[in-house]
Amino acid sequence: MDLVESYRDDLRFARKPLTWILLGMLVAGLLALPWYAHASWVVRFTVIALYAIGVMGQNILIGYTGQISFGQAGFLAIGAYTFGHLKLLGVPFFLALLGAGLTAGLAGAVVGFPSIRLKGPYLAIATLGFGIAVYQIFANSEILSGGRSGLPVPKLEPAFGLTREVYVYYIYLGLLLAFTIVTYNLVSSYVGRAFVAIRDSDIAAEVMGVNLTRYKLLAFAVSSFYTGVHGGLFAQFLGHLEPQTFNIGESLTLFVAVIVGGLASVEGSILGAAFVILVPTLLSEYRWFVPVLFGLTILLVLIFEPLGLAGRWLKSRLYFQLWPFR
Amino acid sequence: MGGLLEVKDLSLSFGGIKALAGVGVAIAEGETLAVIGPNGSGKTSLFNCVTGIYRPVTGTITFKGESLLGLSPDAVTRRGVARTFQNLRLFLNMSVLDNLLVGRHLHFKKNLLHAALRMRSEEVRHRRRCEEIIEFLNLEPYRKSRVADCPFGVQKKIELGRALATEPRLLLLDEPVSGLTAEEKEEVSYWIHEVRGRFGITVLLVEHDLRVASRLANRMVALDHGVKIAEGTPAEVQRHPEVIRAYLGE
Repeated sequence: MDLVESYRDDLRFARKPLTWILLGMLVAGLLALPWYAHASWVVRFTVIALYAIGVMGQNILIGYTGQISFGQAGFLAIGAYTFGHLKLLGVPFFLALLGAGLTAGLAGAVVGFPSIRLKGPYLAIATLGFGIAVYQIFANSEILSGGRSGLPVPKLEPAFGLTREVYVYYIYLGLLLAFTIVTYNLVSSYVGRAFVAIRDSDIAAEVMGVNLTRYKLLAFAVSSFYTGVHGGLFAQFLGHLEPQTFNIGESLTLFVAVIVGGLASVEGSILGAAFVILVPTLLSEYRWFVPVLFGLTILLVLIFEPLGLAGRWLKSRLYFQLWPFR
Repeated sequence: MGGLLEVKDLSLSFGGIKALAGVGVAIAEGETLAVIGPNGSGKTSLFNCVTGIYRPVTGTITFKGESLLGLSPDAVTRRGVARTFQNLRLFLNMSVLDNLLVGRHLHFKKNLLHAALRMRSEEVRHRRRCEEIIEFLNLEPYRKSRVADCPFGVQKKIELGRALATEPRLLLLDEPVSGLTAEEKEEVSYWIHEVRGRFGITVLLVEHDLRVASRLANRMVALDHGVKIAEGTPAEVQRHPEVIRAYLGE
């Protein structure tokens, strides 16, 4: 029986023992991945993990707060280059990552200012401009981008007798788990409610006492913090930075991941990240077809399953809960 | 009588249209004041000025001796003014409970770290308050339902509940019974009456249904084309020749 006995019970992360067991199995399966899967899959899952963090951040902004931003590549570049430069100065990995996140978060708060006045497509255009501007700055400034040969990022030294790939995979997986839990906590707290309130009706949210300026800027800052961390992890993974990596296509890929995964859904963000990483790898013979497929998927998702993969997941779960009566 | 809200000489225009032209309204603590008038007479504009959504051109708005002019809507709410909307503005994709909890937002002790680490003692404290409102408005069956899935009559109740959750001193109700069935009207009028008795909240009411308005209100104000044309007891205002002319023509 599913009976809530106290208010506190109602607020738990996962209430039923079965949920804990399934979650435990999932995490155990991911931890054991290097033992049963080919090394190339470990690398793929590493990329999915770092990408999922960025998609989650983007989802906080687009899915939860309803502020459309096409400037993610800009934050990604800021995060990646901050991380690269800090790493070159000898700053340890986690501190450099924090620096990348905070720098991008600060930039996000500044870029968020137009959101106080602009809505919908107008905000999208303003942020798009920001993304392109950042790309141009990095492409034209040799000091920032490391010149013609790009910016080398020192590799992580593996520990505990693991190979470098497996070591990096575990660090990235750990970060993904931490970010997932924090995101779940955040969106179910008063902050998440204020974000959703702004999305559903900004006037009503304001009249209910939600300070629009503060929470819109907070959404931008939090979201770009995630993207900055994503950028840092990406820089570490690539080991070499060039401005071309952070063109407009990168913003669009993140956007596709949010839509396909499911708006306003944390687990959807992870599924969406898996989608945009796995599809190009599986279609490596037909690279030219990937943008077409992304465009087509967005159309199909918006028409047939507006809640994305997360909506599918929700429906199949409901089906099994009601089985065999339906 | 100490005036809780005093609006003096309020003017507002959109281009050439004068939405409000020198309107003055005063409401005392504990009373229920109804504002009536034909469509486009400036009733909702008056509400929007008081709650900080519109900036009036001239005039003063004083609440508990403090000016509300130039404050943002959330700052007005923090000072104890809550409102409902004529065309519902609920958070449609949230549960009923979450809608009420947004109403509690300004009473939360805010700490981003507690939010991120799932420390929820504040939440439990405010949940208790929301449950009182849910019980008061008989919303128990809908507690966890998505608002978009609730029937219209229930949505109207949720809006009232959400406004009550902010613990206002003054409640502005914009057509609380419009679009409801006869029974629902009875129910809502009872609650508005109770709001005053049980929570001691002063009510400013905009209503087209004159039967409901005159039953609930101690006093009535009539507007037409942004000008106050009559003020007094409900019976006096409804017999006022200017009011009859405004509604029925010459």
